Amino acid sequence: MYLLILVLPFIGALITGFGGRWLGYYGASIFATACVSISMIFSLLAFYEIGLSGTVCYISLSSWISSGTLDVSWSFLFDSLTVVMLVIVTAVSSLVHFYSISYMQDDPHFPRFMSYLEIFTFFMLILVTSDNLIQMFVGWEGVGLASYLLINFWFSRLAANQSAIKALVVNRIGDFGLSLGIFLTFYIFQSVDYLTIFSLTPLLSSHYLQFAGFEVHSLTLVGIFLFIGAVGKSAQLGLHTWLPDAMEGPTPVSALIHAATMVTAGVFLIIRFSPLIEFSSVVLTVLIVVGSSTAFFAAMTGVFQNDLKRVIAYSTCSQLGYMIFACGLSCYNTSIFHLSNHAFFKALLFLSAGSVIHAVSDEQDMRRMGALVKFLPTTYSLMLIGSLALAGFPFLTGFYSKDFLIELSQVSVNPNLDNTSGAFACWLGSLSVFFTAFYSFRLIYLTFLNNTNLNKSVLHKVHESSNFILLPLIILSIGSIFIGYLTKDLFIGPGTDFWKSSIFILPNHSYFVEAEWLEAKIKWLPFMLSISGVLLASLINLTYFKFYLHTKFLRFWLFLINKKWYWDAIYNKTFVYPILKFGYFISFKNLDRGFIELSGPYGLSKLVSIWSKISVKLQTGQLTHYIFFMSIGLCFLFGIVLNSAHSFNLNLHLLSFYLVLIFFI
Amino acid sequence: MFEQLNSIHVSSLLFLISVLGILLNQKNILVMLMSLEMMFLAVSFNLTFLSLYLDDITGQIFSLLILTVAAAESSIGLAILVVYYRIRSVITVELMNLMKG
Repeated sequence: MYLLILVLPFIGALITGFGGRWLGYYGASIFATACVSISMIFSLLAFYEIGLSGTVCYISLSSWISSGTLDVSWSFLFDSLTVVMLVIVTAVSSLVHFYSISYMQDDPHFPRFMSYLEIFTFFMLILVTSDNLIQMFVGWEGVGLASYLLINFWFSRLAANQSAIKALVVNRIGDFGLSLGIFLTFYIFQSVDYLTIFSLTPLLSSHYLQFAGFEVHSLTLVGIFLFIGAVGKSAQLGLHTWLPDAMEGPTPVSALIHAATMVTAGVFLIIRFSPLIEFSSVVLTVLIVVGSSTAFFAAMTGVFQNDLKRVIAYSTCSQLGYMIFACGLSCYNTSIFHLSNHAFFKALLFLSAGSVIHAVSDEQDMRRMGALVKFLPTTYSLMLIGSLALAGFPFLTGFYSKDFLIELSQVSVNPNLDNTSGAFACWLGSLSVFFTAFYSFRLIYLTFLNNTNLNKSVLHKVHESSNFILLPLIILSIGSIFIGYLTKDLFIGPGTDFWKSSIFILPNHSYFVEAEWLEAKIKWLPFMLSISGVLLASLINLTYFKFYLHTKFLRFWLFLINKKWYWDAIYNKTFVYPILKFGYFISFKNLDRGFIELSGPYGLSKLVSIWSKISVKLQTGQLTHYIFFMSIGLCFLFGIVLNSAHSFNLNLHLLSFYLVLIFFI
Repeated sequence: MFEQLNSIHVSSLLFLISVLGILLNQKNILVMLMSLEMMFLAVSFNLTFLSLYLDDITGQIFSLLILTVAAAESSIGLAILVVYYRIRSVITVELMNLMKG
């Protein structure tokens, strides 16, 4: 059963991919959805068996690489962390499959789409179930590849191609860091198995390593490299540029990749490596700083974006920042709790956005929507649930994880803890709450409640989506309402033994009890901030109150944030184009076609012809010249013979001198 | 009777003069041929002296051989020169450039 969870999507992908023409639209949709749904049922069973009944399942299939001390096998570890991820991935994936049946109905490449979705699910499952780093890397690269294929699904579009390549390449930067981390792990631990690594970690907590001429704490180095991998995959600040661009793919793809699965892989990696990261305070600080900066940056950028999907993408980026800084605060179980909740309401938001886009003839700009509440009441209510959950409205899922996260960061503000980076996270996280609420409701207002800006011809055609689209949304909205409440005690309840040994928190890093003793006004703070965000969005959109941005200063800021703080432009100017130019001018034109060609075949052939022409010129046809050369030659010969009798060095010098002389005659 | 050093000096001086005669002469091929003859003369001169000095007949035999070879050579050379003159009707050295590489 455990292996069937993995095998079913794989078989589904193969059959739908290679036999798509034979299956046809109905065959592909039924087969693909059935495969993933059965996989979801099995993962729910696995969740019951492992998560609730408290067992751990370890399956070792076969040896893969065995060389010296390196022993990698195809084996699968199903513990609490894995089954939570399994349920999230398969549940969201099967709902997305179901949704795509109707959403991608008119697409001629439907079986290919389903096949890609399934291969994506398969690689994600490989990623979460593996018990060693190498096998995890298979899944890691696999989801990168699948994301390329999916973003690039409409391959005839230039923008889709570009953003798919961008996603792949930017991810690859992180993957490079991760692979360095894997090599380093093997160097330090002589093993890549999780269980070996984690049991050896406390032993090596004061192990130092020579790296680039410095004495480096080896666990810190491993943690940093793993975090670089997570930065790429989870779109943290620095390598986040691919995530908003990846919206070029079809909407179900965005929901699958950028809400629930792929971007969570980085967070999953960090949580999985909690036994290692706990022993390095540097890595924890880095996690906090980068995570909270990402949360704040993305939330602020999301405020001034006008593309419906891009707003949600930035919101994803922001929420991932929350998860990462939760890991930095050593609250791994809160992080995974937020991850699971976020998967539900973000998939809901993305899929509802897809429904809206579908309804208004593929218009994605929010400024050209409005007043859709009359036409799409169901989508409106679903999206409202999603937005409220995202904004952390009390008693919805977002509240249970996000507000608790903020509370935990409030604990670390306490000066006794001497955790200044925690205060940093607290401030940025709290501010992000405000922005999150603001852009969620700005989205709701601009799309549904304001006066319409749609064309009349488009407005005539606005219709509610089919039940195939609405059913997954309804299921997800139920999830968005109840999942947080239902799993709260399981995941982050005081003294819960759900995680067993899959998550490790050093006892002096645990603030769970302290979070219960915060002052009431601090506990109310996130809620107040999100309410004020909602109120501000309502104030701007409902009344005629306007922030007139006539001053140049404000306009500058507005423009800056709308252009995503010019990250892309700066990256292009400082890294991409210089490297591209280096590649073309230096390595291609100067080295490959220049220097190496000149010292290789091209230059040599040219040299021979030049020299032969020169030596031909020596024969002028004049008798006197020949006689001159004969006598000079005799003199040389005597000179060389006489000189070599004295010393050999002089001889060589003379020889070269004569050669040069002949060359320039 | 003969000082060995003197005789070697005389012959090598003669040889060098003839070499310079070939080398420095830019105009007349007849002078060059004459210098060539002088070169043979110098060599056979040297051989004769040395044969006398060492009291060995071989040198003189060689000297005689060289004389015959020189005579044959100069006759063939002059014959070639005559043929050349009949074709080009000029024997200036500077204009002999048919052997260009």
